Amino acid sequence: MISRKIVLPGDLVSTNPKTAGAGTYVEGGKVYARVLGLLDKTDTGVRIIPLKGRYIPSIGDTVIGIVKEVTANGWIVDINSPYIAFLPILENPAMKPNRKPNDVLDIGDAIIAKVMNIDPKMKVTLTMKDKLCRPIRVGRIVAINPTRVPRVIGRKGSMIKLFKSELDIQIIVGQNGLIWLNGDRRKVSIAEEAIYIIEQEAHTEGLTDRITEFIKKRKVELGLAESEAEPEESKNSEESK
Amino acid sequence: MEEIRLIVDGKRLDGRGFEELRPIKIEAGVLKRADGSCYLEMGKNKVVAAVYGPREVHPKHLEDPSMAIVRYRYSMAPFSVEDRKRPGPDRRSIEISKVSREALEPVIMKELFPRSAIDIFVEVLQADAGSRTACLNAASVALVDAGIPMRGMVTSVAVAKVDGVLVLDPMKEEDYYGEADIPFAFLIRNGKIESITLLQMDGRVTAEELRRALELAKKGAMQIYQLQRDAIMRKYIREEEVVE
Repeated sequence: MISRKIVLPGDLVSTNPKTAGAGTYVEGGKVYARVLGLLDKTDTGVRIIPLKGRYIPSIGDTVIGIVKEVTANGWIVDINSPYIAFLPILENPAMKPNRKPNDVLDIGDAIIAKVMNIDPKMKVTLTMKDKLCRPIRVGRIVAINPTRVPRVIGRKGSMIKLFKSELDIQIIVGQNGLIWLNGDRRKVSIAEEAIYIIEQEAHTEGLTDRITEFIKKRKVELGLAESEAEPEESKNSEESK
Repeated sequence: MEEIRLIVDGKRLDGRGFEELRPIKIEAGVLKRADGSCYLEMGKNKVVAAVYGPREVHPKHLEDPSMAIVRYRYSMAPFSVEDRKRPGPDRRSIEISKVSREALEPVIMKELFPRSAIDIFVEVLQADAGSRTACLNAASVALVDAGIPMRGMVTSVAVAKVDGVLVLDPMKEEDYYGEADIPFAFLIRNGKIESITLLQMDGRVTAEELRRALELAKKGAMQIYQLQRDAIMRKYIREEEVVE
């Protein structure tokens, strides 16, 4: 068992510059931490898992954004980051030659998009040419700290699979800390509560198991539980039906 | 004029030794709306620091396409001193904001966030000499709490000359009636002092005394650095993870 230690900016994490990974910097042949985070040190590399910080876009990320401005050649989108993003009309498949940009997407509309390109001046370009991408007309958007996103996804998507199988809802996690949920309103509420628990207890052991338990408990409380619950609990749920 | 004695029987007015700091209390993450924040007490000084960013730059013309800009605002509350202080920036707080910003700029990795701004606001709720050092210490903790990439941490402390003796971390009486007041700020990396990022002086000391003052300040800074670390650790310790 190894514990993941908290490191602060400037802490020495390695003396081998070849191992330097994310969240570190090299000076004078030594590797130092540059952000507050958890030290993840293996034989091949050392990186810092940040505990705080804004979302910095990178190419290929799925993000959820809000349209802030409509221009003649595209939309300006707020992606919950220091940088605003631009979605050109050519990158939106819903755009037909006879339609105006503000008929397709208007100010305040939420979209799921992908980061297509980032230039050195941090001008971010989005695309919606992907089967995942769509304008959001229904459902709910939940905001969390972007550094917790990997926990909500889980190892190889285990947490998302849990939400889909246990609650039968649609869920899309944006890398920028916005999460879209859609389905039965009561189930979406359970998922929202569960996401906040994940955000609070992101770095504790057995999180997936506890979330499974939590969802089952909440389902019984709201009278949504079915055969998989305990016998006496299922009786309760039948009564409430 | 009656002579004021600041050192009696080898002790300072508040009973401290020459190389002793005032009691320090630091708490990280006290403000919910800020990205990072810190409340700090250093003797009778009480300050709050808030860090926002990196975020979009407004007004737009201040934007730098190659790196983030850092803005530091030191401000004293009207009730922070005995006579009411007129609110708003004055000559003194503008100067302190500038030197403090320059003390933090080499530590922050600005080049990682082109076209963005990192805003640091520090408010003095109660002042008792050395408020700029207290503010820098608070700002440094708040920056770490905000998750901003930095080369190390900044720790600041002042040294004064009173009644011909160098003393660490002067309080109000020593600042008023002493012969010199020298605030320092250091960049500390991996528990070692790497460089001096702020050095001011009010009054007169000899070159030899300045050298001794520097050594004294370094000792004090190391103690404060440990307290800064502890404050952040206290907030995040439950995040530590055990992996198999």
